[in-house]
Amino acid sequence: MKIKSLILYCLISSIFLFSLVSIWKVLSTLQGIELKNLNFVIILTLGIAISLINLIIGDKFHKALKSIIFAILFTFVDGYLVQLMPIWYNVGIFGILIFYSFKIDKYNQKNLDLDHSSQTVLFEFLTLFGIVLFSFVILFPFYMMIVTSFKTQAALLINPLDFSINFAQDIKELFKSYFVIFDTYKFGRYILISTFVSVGTVIITLIFAIPAAYAVARLNFFGKNFLSTSILIIYMFPAIVLVIPLYTVFSQLGLRNNVGGLLIVYTATTLPVAIYMLQGYFKSIPKELEEAAIMDKLNWFGIIIKIILPLSIPAISSVALYVFMIAWNEFLFSLMFLDNPNSFTLSRAIQYLSGDAETPRQYLMAGSVVVTIPVLFIFVYFEKYLVSGLTAGSVKG
Amino acid sequence: MSDTLSKIEKRTAYILLLPAVILVFSIILFPIFANVWISFKEVGLKDIRIPEPRAKKIVKSIKDSSDEIKIIYKLRNSSLILDIRDVKFQDKTPKNVEPLNLDERCQFKSNIINCNFGNWKAKYKENFQIILKNKEGKKINKKEIKSFKPKLSGKSDNILLNTNFTLKNFKKVFFQNEFFDLLMTTFYYTFFGTIGSIVFGILAAQLVNQKFFGRTFMRSILLFPYVGPVVALAYTWELLLDPYSGTLNNLLLNFQVIQEPLNLLGQKYLTINFFGFDLKLRLALTTVIIFEIWRYFPLAFLFILARLQAVPKELYEAADVDGAGPLQKFKSITLPQITAVISILFMIRFIWNFNKFEDIFLLTGGASGTRTLPINVYEQGFTISDIGMGSAVSIVIVLLLLMFMFIYFRLLGRRADEN
Repeated sequence: MKIKSLILYCLISSIFLFSLVSIWKVLSTLQGIELKNLNFVIILTLGIAISLINLIIGDKFHKALKSIIFAILFTFVDGYLVQLMPIWYNVGIFGILIFYSFKIDKYNQKNLDLDHSSQTVLFEFLTLFGIVLFSFVILFPFYMMIVTSFKTQAALLINPLDFSINFAQDIKELFKSYFVIFDTYKFGRYILISTFVSVGTVIITLIFAIPAAYAVARLNFFGKNFLSTSILIIYMFPAIVLVIPLYTVFSQLGLRNNVGGLLIVYTATTLPVAIYMLQGYFKSIPKELEEAAIMDKLNWFGIIIKIILPLSIPAISSVALYVFMIAWNEFLFSLMFLDNPNSFTLSRAIQYLSGDAETPRQYLMAGSVVVTIPVLFIFVYFEKYLVSGLTAGSVKG
Repeated sequence: MSDTLSKIEKRTAYILLLPAVILVFSIILFPIFANVWISFKEVGLKDIRIPEPRAKKIVKSIKDSSDEIKIIYKLRNSSLILDIRDVKFQDKTPKNVEPLNLDERCQFKSNIINCNFGNWKAKYKENFQIILKNKEGKKINKKEIKSFKPKLSGKSDNILLNTNFTLKNFKKVFFQNEFFDLLMTTFYYTFFGTIGSIVFGILAAQLVNQKFFGRTFMRSILLFPYVGPVVALAYTWELLLDPYSGTLNNLLLNFQVIQEPLNLLGQKYLTINFFGFDLKLRLALTTVIIFEIWRYFPLAFLFILARLQAVPKELYEAADVDGAGPLQKFKSITLPQITAVISILFMIRFIWNFNKFEDIFLLTGGASGTRTLPINVYEQGFTISDIGMGSAVSIVIVLLLLMFMFIYFRLLGRRADEN
């Protein structure tokens, strides 16, 4: 057995165990449990001990039996350390240990002896570590957003670490923040405006982009190459350099505080990427189909409607979803163009809400949940389409 | 025959392209050129409102005479700076009435009062009065009079259209705006944000490229920060990082990692004692960069994962036969396969992070050492209300951007040559 591999295995597996237990402790703390110490040294020692015992025992016991023994031992010691914890906390620790023991079970004296065993150990634990850490870091803010929206101002002030939700209370009390933002702050209206703007942008963009993309993909004309490179270059120009001239011109034309003005700007900013994505797809459609159509004396309008459109539903849906997402999430232009609370989009409304220092933060978070849920739902539901849209359009961000 | 066909094809192409091109031209290209124009002018936010002649109509009954009624128009020039020339006024009256002692600037003809007020200076105000009398001695309907709205029109200079140019804005941008500081902050933000998001993107892609339970689920989760709305995410982070009621600080205090709460978004420098040396870390900027990495690494991840999945399995199998370890496989197979994607990603993300506005604006508003060039555009234009200055900063951004793009396309071209 290589000493290097052995040390690495013991250390990294116990650090992994420590991080798992710590995350569980953090989450438990947020449920109102008083935990003051992560007990780094003790848990590390325990982890090293368990991984060593695992090596010594090897295959003498059944895997499950071994895991249960480890888990009971650890839970007992940990329970003794932190003392008087509710049963669910200990169940969690028990579960973590079962998981951990299953993971380290495959290491034995033999495979630590192989070539590159230290690297393999490192890589395997880094992967586990990465999965746990990435999920935690990404999901935690979303978790906090949702939980905060169900709390009351007073509860948050008394103990900012107590994220536990009292489900026993009246449903009206539980969803109070949501009732408030819909009643007092007119969020229903903002949802309608945001939906109108986003869906409108999608429709107008498609109406403009499909013919243009068809022309770029299929027809020969003077300046074609120039046009296709400029599409990309134009797409790289950021909103922030357009803001001042658009603001001045829109003020003078009376297009500010007007959802129509927003629609025009959103359409124009998403058009280049829509054309770029669609023309790529149109090029992949076999030309013979269109030649047959020309024989049948269809004009370009007929070709687009009868041949191109039905064949490119997947590409069109991914463009539509991508454009919807951009328009729904857009913030800068809605900040610039909308001053009147009657024409706010959701993003602008939340920003307006936060501008008032008196606004309780659970309202802000309830608003954030309202604006986030639709977009995440669409993303999860249509992931296949959106991912291809994201990859194609990802020059922007 | 073929000649006419190609002509038809050309015409069709232009017809199909025209709507999109016009729209993109007017909303994206025109503003970029307009920026150049505005940046050479001294224009404030208040100057861009076109001066309007306005009239507020007040209708009053006159005591003891129900057949007469007094109308007061509060006339004013809406602008405090600009004059209005040739102000014309028009208002309707009910039938069967006539004005008494009509002002000499006005005429009355078939129930319409027309006035020519001439020139109004800036801040001009006047109470203009008309008395109407019913010809048949009947009572005049007040509501009917109120329902008519006066129409006013006038000509004025548009400060944006005259030809007075100045270099003042650019002088201010470069010499009074802490330009170097601004540029460095933008550069730090862009560079470390880009590098960080690519590094984490590689890690995440490497992770998801392996087989494990819940892999597709993991992939969806990894993209959440990128698809979520900025506003919601930024405010959630702000709550999370708040020095007093924020979760992070309270957790760290609770587990005794820190003794004093850290104001992660509001403190410019954090002094760290490192082997006797005092290192000054730009705390707020670092936090903002971490948010940036958190939000944009999914994009790098998506790109790199797509590339990784296209790497032929045989390469790894051959490496296994040769007895290569995981580290060696990563170094000699994976890394060379993804360098092309990484360099493209780096340039694209560099350009985009360079222009990022929303994230910093929502998190810190540009305070405590996080003022980047895009934030400065907003600040100059809308906080200090100097539109000309804002435009000048935009121009600087556009120029730097063109430079980056030039380098980008040059490198892209060279890469294409190599292959």
